[in-house]
Amino acid sequence: MSRIETEVAIIGGGIAGCSAALHLARRNVPVMLFDKGFAGAGASGVNFGGVRRNGRHIEEMALATRSLADYWHKLEDWLGTDCEFTVTGQLKLARNADELALLDAYAEAAAPYDLGLEPLNRNALMERYDWVGEWAFAAWHCPSDGHANSRLVGPAFAKAARAAGADLREHESVVHAETLGDGFEIATKSGLAVRANRLLNCAGGWGAEIAALFGEQVPIVPLAPQMAVTEPCPYFLEPVLGMVGGELYVRQIPRGNIILGNGGGGEVDLASGRTKVRPADTLASLADAVKLVRPLANVNVIRTWTGIEGKTPDGYPIIGPSATTTGLFHAIGFSGHGFQLGPATGAVLAELALDDATPTDISAMSIKRFTAPAT
Amino acid sequence: MTGPRVLIVGAGPAGSRAAAVLAAAGLRPVVVDEAPRSGGQVYRRPPRDCHRPAKDLYGFEAAKALDLHRAFDGLGEAVDYRPETLVWNVHDGEACTRHSDGTLERIPYDAALLATGAMDRIIPFPGWTTPGVYTLGAAQIAYKYQGCAIGSCVALLGTGPLLYLVAYQYATHGAEVAVVLDTARLSDGVRALPDLLWGGATFAKGLYYRSWLALHGIPLRNGVTPIGVDGEDRVRALRYRDSRGREHHLACDALAFGYSLRSETQLADLLGCAFEFDPLGYQWRPRADGDGRASIKSVYLAGDGAGISGADAADRRGELAALALLADHGQAVDTRRVARLRRELARLQRFRRGLETAFPFPRRLAEGLGDDVLLCRCESIKAGEFRAQAHGLGAAEVNRAKAFSRVGMGRCQGRVCHTAAAEVLAEQLGCEAAAVGRLRGQAPIKPLPIPGQGS
Repeated sequence: MSRIETEVAIIGGGIAGCSAALHLARRNVPVMLFDKGFAGAGASGVNFGGVRRNGRHIEEMALATRSLADYWHKLEDWLGTDCEFTVTGQLKLARNADELALLDAYAEAAAPYDLGLEPLNRNALMERYDWVGEWAFAAWHCPSDGHANSRLVGPAFAKAARAAGADLREHESVVHAETLGDGFEIATKSGLAVRANRLLNCAGGWGAEIAALFGEQVPIVPLAPQMAVTEPCPYFLEPVLGMVGGELYVRQIPRGNIILGNGGGGEVDLASGRTKVRPADTLASLADAVKLVRPLANVNVIRTWTGIEGKTPDGYPIIGPSATTTGLFHAIGFSGHGFQLGPATGAVLAELALDDATPTDISAMSIKRFTAPAT
Repeated sequence: MTGPRVLIVGAGPAGSRAAAVLAAAGLRPVVVDEAPRSGGQVYRRPPRDCHRPAKDLYGFEAAKALDLHRAFDGLGEAVDYRPETLVWNVHDGEACTRHSDGTLERIPYDAALLATGAMDRIIPFPGWTTPGVYTLGAAQIAYKYQGCAIGSCVALLGTGPLLYLVAYQYATHGAEVAVVLDTARLSDGVRALPDLLWGGATFAKGLYYRSWLALHGIPLRNGVTPIGVDGEDRVRALRYRDSRGREHHLACDALAFGYSLRSETQLADLLGCAFEFDPLGYQWRPRADGDGRASIKSVYLAGDGAGISGADAADRRGELAALALLADHGQAVDTRRVARLRRELARLQRFRRGLETAFPFPRRLAEGLGDDVLLCRCESIKAGEFRAQAHGLGAAEVNRAKAFSRVGMGRCQGRVCHTAAAEVLAEQLGCEAAAVGRLRGQAPIKPLPIPGQGS
């Protein structure tokens, strides 16, 4: 068994983990990252690719705002590539007056974050977008949102982290982790024994298993959002589309393919890491898609996929220090919308690990909301 | 209902034969096939209202083709036959189907017998997407189904028995075959001779096609390397290098090409079957025992979809897999019949080894693919872009390379480009093509239209 010492160990090579590794390495801190598969190939790599603040939990908004300003708009500086990030605006649709009331209330709550939200009634929608389907009752438009190629972002962060000196180990599962003295002992499947002073839990859908090793039982359940993509069509759908309830979301990339996502009922086997799209859900999504975007009728779907995510009961992530263990930090339970948050989450984790503080307000995302005794 | 509900996918030689065996055992299998009529690619039938002599369509194989068609047609209500129907996904004991009229259905089953056949294996070359360039299989479908040729002056390029068969069919039915270009060298054929002799009559027919073509003055060239086609809106000429390195420029208005076949394995993949690299056929195939049992319980594999072995073997593999299925469900089967089928398959396997030696897959063409050549036509990605993107983010296997480059993400899901992409990646990584893995299948296995009123 080989023994390795490092300052910070990271479990999980998604965007958050790789971004943390990049930030730590740039501060010349020895860092090792372990992923059971390829970096950025889990939820980070198979998600819808939406980069939005509109509709986000207010608890996440400070982090999301930092992610957009300091990372998404500056990916080229960080990674040498923009990962196809484009600001196209996002349109969140309501199907009826009740749903619209929810959107109106959200716009008021999000006012301090300057999303630039603009309301559109049905007439305004039809005038601006000739493709809207029968479901479009009204919408709020957020001009600062957009989308990116999710397959590229994680691997690009991994590449940058490596170039900065981080030690990334792919196909290296962590089988155990525990505290020893004021540090951590980590064992991997291939027999590595790693000693680290800090530990970052970025294990995505498996994050609750890692937290449990340190006596933190968090009620995260697996979630498998199901995606489908069409053949290329002439570009017509500029904004990313979402809807109240989140059953369906749609975007088109400039080369023509239209990507459809749904809420997340794919089949998951956490032990093997295997996921499956449910064909009945595929067909239901396709039937709904036409109600949202009329010209989708008769367009060919060419591929479907899904991946494993972790969902918290309140639907937003756990980010911050462990409630039981000094030196352990979590960033888990992104509940199907961690892609946008990933880059800044890594920055925050690096700050927490090295400085024990971060300028970004993450207080509402503490693990204590699930582990603290009820008062 | 007694006995298991059996789903057969494919109504070529393997699927048709399996259906007959299962029907005889009283099981009434569901047979789903994409074609309008049974027969598969090899014994593809013309449209119903079009009558052409079998001898014209299938040559020496006419008797076999008619026998298979008749046997299947004769099953009548003993099978639940679903022509013009695509199985686009399989999940949880149900096949998800789409009829060409748009009807979507789910067919529950207890056992699945996949006889999904094969398609052309291609390697791109400069100009391969020019109108007028077809695969050898497509050239043959034009001949058998549409009753036409792909051009009036046709060049044929590639390797494998189909190259000579198409040349013979075209030349004997009025198309001008300008040249037949084989990437295999004559010495490959000589090396293969001991194994080829196991093919008996099939081998004799192959020799006959070649000599007929030679006797009729059709140029046959071995050891060639394609350079590219000329023409913008339509093929005007083919450029190639002969075995001695001399360049040739040949006027033609159509070209058919292909390098043997590749198995259609997506359904086996979606079902979770284990795969293995078959060094002989030089491609991945779902693993099966000698009788066609896959690695997953209640899944059976037969015909070219389970490894290329030709129509005669497919017929026997279909029967064997059906008998294995029956035996696994407690039915008594004729063990002498099983033993005989296994012996015949072993002989055909020797012949197959000969064919693979005589017509080896020309890896050099894929490895050396120019950066400017379109590698993935669905996503419009050139070989150079693929190399740059795969290398840029450090792709160590094909699915990773697909994620970074989009090669294999389009309508064909890599069925067309996978072979060459794997070689290009392997060459870049300095390893064998088998070491870069295979593209995982994803539903729908072929494009699935979104239902709804057109706008």
